[in-house]
Amino acid sequence: MSVQLEESPTTGDEVISNYTINFGPQHPAAHGVLRMVMELDGEIIERVDPHVGLLHRGTEKLIEHKTYLQALPYFDRLDYCSPLCQEHSYVLAIEKLLNIEVPERAQYLRVLFAELTRISNHFLNIGAHVMDVGAMTPNLWVFELREDCMNFFERASGARMHSAWFRPGGVHQDVPEKLLVDIGEWIDNRLPELFGDAMSLVMDNRIFKQRNVDIAVVSKEDALAWGFSGPMIRAAGIPWDLRKSQPYEVYDRMEFDIPTGTNSDCYDRFMVRVNEVYQSARIIKQCLAEMPAGPVASTDGKVSPPKRGEMKQSMEALIHHFKLYTEGFHVPAGEVYVATESPKGEFGVYLVSDGSNKPYRCKIRPTAFSHLQAMDFMCKGHMLPDATAILGAIDVVFGECDR
Amino acid sequence: MATVLHSAPKYASNDGVQDTLTAALGSHVLSAREEHGEIMLTVKRESIADVLKMLRDNHAYQQLMEIAGVDYPGRTERFEVVYMLLSVTKNHRIMVKTSTDEATPVPTVTTVWPNAGWLEREVFDLYGVLFDGNTDLRRILTDYGFEGHPFRKDFPLTGYTELRYSEDEKRVVYEPVKLAQDLRTFDFMSPWEGADYVLPGDEKAATPPVDDPKVTEKPSDSGAGKKADKHAAEKVSAGSPAEEATDKARTPPPEPTEDQPAREERKGKTTDTAAATEPEGDAE
Repeated sequence: MSVQLEESPTTGDEVISNYTINFGPQHPAAHGVLRMVMELDGEIIERVDPHVGLLHRGTEKLIEHKTYLQALPYFDRLDYCSPLCQEHSYVLAIEKLLNIEVPERAQYLRVLFAELTRISNHFLNIGAHVMDVGAMTPNLWVFELREDCMNFFERASGARMHSAWFRPGGVHQDVPEKLLVDIGEWIDNRLPELFGDAMSLVMDNRIFKQRNVDIAVVSKEDALAWGFSGPMIRAAGIPWDLRKSQPYEVYDRMEFDIPTGTNSDCYDRFMVRVNEVYQSARIIKQCLAEMPAGPVASTDGKVSPPKRGEMKQSMEALIHHFKLYTEGFHVPAGEVYVATESPKGEFGVYLVSDGSNKPYRCKIRPTAFSHLQAMDFMCKGHMLPDATAILGAIDVVFGECDR
Repeated sequence: MATVLHSAPKYASNDGVQDTLTAALGSHVLSAREEHGEIMLTVKRESIADVLKMLRDNHAYQQLMEIAGVDYPGRTERFEVVYMLLSVTKNHRIMVKTSTDEATPVPTVTTVWPNAGWLEREVFDLYGVLFDGNTDLRRILTDYGFEGHPFRKDFPLTGYTELRYSEDEKRVVYEPVKLAQDLRTFDFMSPWEGADYVLPGDEKAATPPVDDPKVTEKPSDSGAGKKADKHAAEKVSAGSPAEEATDKARTPPPEPTEDQPAREERKGKTTDTAAATEPEGDAE
């Protein structure tokens, strides 16, 4: 920190001119490793220069050196709060290039778990956001619920966070029937009760509103121009949701509403997420009710591996298994950009294939990049503590932003 | 067009969009194609900003979602810069691309979309593509003081430097990369799927024809005849001892050592080997 003391030309008193501080990279409210160089006038933010990339791991370069299947687990590690939604864009991009059909049950399972991921992501963000502005209790409550989600992921895939469960052509394994029953019960009973309680503490809380209402108001025009997506653009009053407008999998059969904001401030962003949790719960219920029986992965043996039992009987299945886990499958040459509605916004994958078994280029469109870039104009004129509220309402995770 | 089997996001139909846009953009467009359900316009580098501005203002592509760099080292203009546009009113996506080399800058589109700033910084950082008019073309993802452009295809995956905390100097130090084990890269191309490298032994197949081919038509060619027959009966080498008759008694082989004491029969040995090794039911 550098403070320059000057003398006022009129009174001769010492005055403090603008000074710059480092917010982060080690700051609990920076949501990871964000360094923001802030120019302050007293406690008013004049300019913010976010420095990102402190968590850059070169994921895209690593993916170029892996086969399509080996590259999949990298997507869990981008936005580690919503792993399955990142995988979703990637597997859909591969499937678009291959043009293969995903069995209906797999589509339902994917939608179900993508929505469960959305719920667990929003829990984390909502909890972190309220903690950033000073409340403690709701965070502990939603973390308890988030733990339930983690258990569901573990029961489906074996891993709490880095599931690698969505695979090109379907999902890795079918889920036990009891898991679907438990998810249904959780959605019906535990979620509304605990989440409702936790939110009742903050939604109408005077302090919470004082910290969030009218903070970082973004107009519709700005939201479009700055490439906002997800809850950020919906809070600005634009009902734009890729699940609705560009439906993938079985989203076109689902009935749900798009919550939008009216004032486009941090409070609206928060409330959009709170409502999205309930909408996701609606989608999950419909998935559970409509889910058909059947295979959970493509029957094309050249893309999805055979069952273990099949391999014991069929030479062809054994060869397929060997080829898929050594060489992998070849993807026809071409380039696609596939974007899905991840909990944080539009998560896109630009996949260039040269016809081999490895992606030639895999550009990941992080949701946080455009939002974080807007920090400067969103923070301008606000107080220093508002920066944490603004950052919390952006919902940024650096694994994804920095890649 | 092939039937759509995949379940990737479905947006508004591409029908006629390509023709409308090529007609509207006129000579700016070098080529346009539709593949895998995606419309890709390749435009002249110098007119990229104008094209994107036209697409935003006249064709309602309000959002710039992404700028991606791609490196094709074999081309004269090795870098491609791809702009992904989204129209929220028409519910449609297109990609616009242009190409450049290391030295030629691409006009910036920060004048059209403010969020192009960081996206261009990223392409500059990772590929070294210059953007003319971007006033803030700093590195963004790589380390402070990083050298090189890591996503270029000729940049090694391991990079050139690694860093660690030095207990002696009490700070993080940068050192050249030392790999304890070679970086493993596998070549998955099968020779029967069009690999163009030479397999061991392949060089023999392509031996050039000699001027004077060797034949055995006449005895003079092969050296056969009486003289050769006479020499054939001669003993050339000592031969193996077994072939020759000899009176000398040979040393007998050593006596076998004492037999191992007989072991007890294994107890509890399973007789039904099939049941012990095959998994029950349809385990996956």
